[in-house]
Amino acid sequence: MDFFISYILHIADISELNLPKSCAITFPNGKDDLMYFEVSIRPDEGYYSGGNFLFSFQVSPIYPHEAPKVKCKTKVYHPNIDLEGNVCLNILREDWKPVLNINTIIYGLYHLFTEPNSEDPLNHDAAAVLRDNPKLFESNVRRAMTGGYVGQNFFPRCI
Amino acid sequence: MADSTTNQPSRTRDLDKLLLRPGNLVAPIFDPGAQLRDDIGEYARILVVGAGGLGCELLKDLALSGFKNLEVIDMDRIEVTNLNRQFLFRLEDVGKPKAEVAAKRVMERVSGVNIVPHFCRIEDKEIEFYNDFSIIVLGLDSIEARSYINAVACSFLEYDSNDNPIEETVKPMVDGGTEGFKGHARIIMPGSTPCFECTIWLFPPQVKFPLCTLAETPRTPAHCIEYAHLIKWDEVHSGKSFDPDEPEHMKWVYTEAVKRAELFGIQGVTYSLTQGVVKNIIPAIASTNAIVSAACALETLKLVSGCSKTLSNYLTYNGVEGLHVKVTEFVRDKDCLVCGPGVLVELDTTVTLQKFIDILEEHPTLLLSKASVTHRGKNLYMQAPPVLEEMTRSNLKLPLFELMGKVSKDVVHVTGSTTKNDQKTSCLRKLRIAFKGVDGMTDTDMAGGA
Repeated sequence: MDFFISYILHIADISELNLPKSCAITFPNGKDDLMYFEVSIRPDEGYYSGGNFLFSFQVSPIYPHEAPKVKCKTKVYHPNIDLEGNVCLNILREDWKPVLNINTIIYGLYHLFTEPNSEDPLNHDAAAVLRDNPKLFESNVRRAMTGGYVGQNFFPRCI
Repeated sequence: MADSTTNQPSRTRDLDKLLLRPGNLVAPIFDPGAQLRDDIGEYARILVVGAGGLGCELLKDLALSGFKNLEVIDMDRIEVTNLNRQFLFRLEDVGKPKAEVAAKRVMERVSGVNIVPHFCRIEDKEIEFYNDFSIIVLGLDSIEARSYINAVACSFLEYDSNDNPIEETVKPMVDGGTEGFKGHARIIMPGSTPCFECTIWLFPPQVKFPLCTLAETPRTPAHCIEYAHLIKWDEVHSGKSFDPDEPEHMKWVYTEAVKRAELFGIQGVTYSLTQGVVKNIIPAIASTNAIVSAACALETLKLVSGCSKTLSNYLTYNGVEGLHVKVTEFVRDKDCLVCGPGVLVELDTTVTLQKFIDILEEHPTLLLSKASVTHRGKNLYMQAPPVLEEMTRSNLKLPLFELMGKVSKDVVHVTGSTTKNDQKTSCLRKLRIAFKGVDGMTDTDMAGGA
């Protein structure tokens, strides 16, 4: 890893992180593998207020030429995040540019919780409910976050 | 039998025209004569990285250009789809390591050449392995691998106190690349021509489809394949990661992609398209490989012999519509974190990491405050985030000399903030640290201790 310039560029990024206070970063593999890390996001407004959502980040050896791979490790009822943890966020895929950084992604993820949108669905059912019946969507989100079933799917408590 | 044919005039006839006669466009080192030809065979050691489409061509071209000491490194095994262009391989070779078969075949056909194969990942070799070669020739298909070899080759580069590259430490690279009917050949002389990182922007970003398009509104065969690869795989194989080199995995993705395509009435999902999309492969054209390899082999010969001016410094070939070849002289990024000289900082061996960080703050050309310091992938100190600051804080009171493994000199990277026109900006710099009074240590000590 030491010979990848991506590592140095990424470390520079990490040392300048400016996270919202509701977010925290951890490095499960210790200080010498910063290419994998986890970020917990605790939205303080919107449908998901009070929930705690953990994301894993794997930084590419050609970062920032390629975006980090990001997955949501907390099972969440969300129109733009599927039950496997795939996240539909434009800057993670089609709109990634080398000038973007980890900070931008974290803000983007935070934004997904304050402004979930039904136009880019990954969880088709959740998107339909958000679009057609926001009240029901709100109660579904609450039920999922406090630990319970929405339809066939069980969501562990994350609040 | 093999040896009697080595020096037949017919075999070296064309090479002799380049190497035995003086010329007007030659390099200062050029010393024409049979001795030069023999020296190239005897002393030049060339590493070919990659034994695929380009690698096969390169090994053949270099062997026929009079190089006798070749080595080749490749981690892949031969697949049936390689056989149309990787001409050193036969059907019965499928499943065998590319490097080993390629080396064997060229040695069978070109007498007097010795090729040592290395069937492993490029990262598996010690860094010093790469220092053994006169020139490293790259026949790769990924940015990642190029970036790695480039960083390794540039790590051998040393600068004198006037920031001029020291000639004996320059490890030239010749890099070839092809994509369909397009290709490039370039020469990288670390410290004098742009390195791979100086011009990384030359590579177009990869096309990535939005996940929600894959999940909701697939329109093309590629969308169906990426759905199976990125979404369906995880759904079915929870926790097990997808391996593109595992044929079973690829077949599974192909089958799922076909189902998906049927569901949405999309035509055109094939197994080879699946491989292409998942591995980001553009169909390879044998003639492009041959042309690019020929340019690379010729440049390698010119670098070693001085028989002509070398390419300056980037050739592009485009055979899509008609044929276009152009040479562009790219310039170095003088602040390049990989090949640039960085800033020389001389220190006593007793200087602690804390003291070093203070020195950077007062350093006249750096004025870098709140520095975080990394050395060869190790974080010596991180100012932020707090969790990393805590993990690295105990290093502050240790001498930097010890933290860097007691080498006489090496490179560290520092990030921090600096004030420019009353504005605080963040900056990342490369520093060459030299410790006073430990010059007695030789370079080999340094490499071994690092």
